[in-house]
Amino acid sequence: MATTGHTLKAFDEDLEQLRASIAEMGGLAEAAISNSMRALVERDAGTAQTVVEDDKKLDALEAEVETRAVQIIALRAPMADDLRDVVAALKIAGLVERMGDYAKNIAKRVPAIEQSPNLRPLSLLPEMARIVADMVRMALDAFVARDPVAAGQVCARDRAVDDFYNSIFRTLLTFMMEDPQNITPATHLLFVAKNLERIGDHATNVAEMVYFAASGSRLGEREKGADTTVGG
Amino acid sequence: MADDMILSEAVRHERPDPVETERKMSAVGVSVWYGEKKAIDQVSIDVGRENVTAFIGPSGCGKSTFLRTLNRMNDTIPNARVAGRIELDGEDIYGPDMDVVQLRARVGMVFQKPNPFPKSIYENVAYGPRIHGLAAARADLDEIVERSLQRAGLWEEVRDRLQESGTALSGGQQQRLCIARAIAVDPEVILMDEPCSALDPIATAKIEELIHELRGRYAIVIVTHNMQQAARVSQRTAFFHLGELIEYGETSEIFTNPKVERTKDYITGRYG
Repeated sequence: MATTGHTLKAFDEDLEQLRASIAEMGGLAEAAISNSMRALVERDAGTAQTVVEDDKKLDALEAEVETRAVQIIALRAPMADDLRDVVAALKIAGLVERMGDYAKNIAKRVPAIEQSPNLRPLSLLPEMARIVADMVRMALDAFVARDPVAAGQVCARDRAVDDFYNSIFRTLLTFMMEDPQNITPATHLLFVAKNLERIGDHATNVAEMVYFAASGSRLGEREKGADTTVGG
Repeated sequence: MADDMILSEAVRHERPDPVETERKMSAVGVSVWYGEKKAIDQVSIDVGRENVTAFIGPSGCGKSTFLRTLNRMNDTIPNARVAGRIELDGEDIYGPDMDVVQLRARVGMVFQKPNPFPKSIYENVAYGPRIHGLAAARADLDEIVERSLQRAGLWEEVRDRLQESGTALSGGQQQRLCIARAIAVDPEVILMDEPCSALDPIATAKIEELIHELRGRYAIVIVTHNMQQAARVSQRTAFFHLGELIEYGETSEIFTNPKVERTKDYITGRYG
């Protein structure tokens, strides 16, 4: 929050509630990522099912944020940083909801590979997921703290996620070439890696919105981690 | 661009960069005193020919005082003193050759409370052109009255009752009549001091629409307490605080990304 409150205290409360809802969404998304990964590694269909069901909470919170944001715009006519905050909250809610969908997609793949042999890239995925979950937490913390510097740091970490994805892609490809029986589980793991990579991108987009809301300017067009899995 | 628009302490005494449109009025280092009290401190600002320029700021910040320096309305206040230079098309309006009556015809004014003369609608509009000798014959005067009322968006509502008293109109109509009266002498600049603060939302919307239509034909400067109104009608916004010009820039920039903390606190409702 800014240093001084609004003359109209109810306006501060509205913005605070909006912020709290976003923070709650961030916590749920972060949990969904780590739980879906745990379910995958431990082949725990029960945990996977919980992740799928918990996603409904994210959907509901997104709707709540939308309602609150529209109300604030209609009733409080926010200006300057307040306006940027509300617009950022609207977009961030959409992005975090999508993160939840990706985590749900990971969880849904758990039963499909439950019976498959353990492929080595599986050991890389939890580390990739840890970084991604970290990015999500950092991006949402930056939103709550209105910290453009922390937001910039989130974007810098996306490079590592892209590197992980490229590495996992290549490894899975060799497994598929070695033994056609690996194709089904390897494809599922590839989708898992892709989902994590997309969550990383979304966390970066959240961070960009945070930067915009906090500073009023756009984060410079960042250097994208090269996707070496397409073309060439 | 954005950085150029900040009037920081360091550059406050200099003239800000010209606005995109041609400069119509220009104030350089203007200060105003009421007796011993300094109401305006070294304000420099340009008003664009094709712009609506809004002055915003809390009560007592000097925005109305500054507005009144632009057509020397402060001359009528006995202990008011103005220093600095104000130009209209490059001409010093406080210079010895300036005819104040002519100046106020060129720089017209619309006040907070509609103040039609207790005369007919026709006479309210015809008065200015007549004393300034702008109409040679009755037919010319009729034409000026009709054109002015049309530009003020009032003609259709009053064409059949031009001889009725101007004070019998509704508040919003009276304010548009006052705008027609200001327009009638063919001014170059129109100053508006909170023109909608006594009007209901519909009448306000009509005045705002009128401001939008008059833009381009006249340079318009509006003082308003209603920030949404400043955001709606102006292209440039100046924020005044404690007699100083704190920030002046594009309206869209001032309301989404003000550069000065004091501006931000005021427009987001954190002032005081």
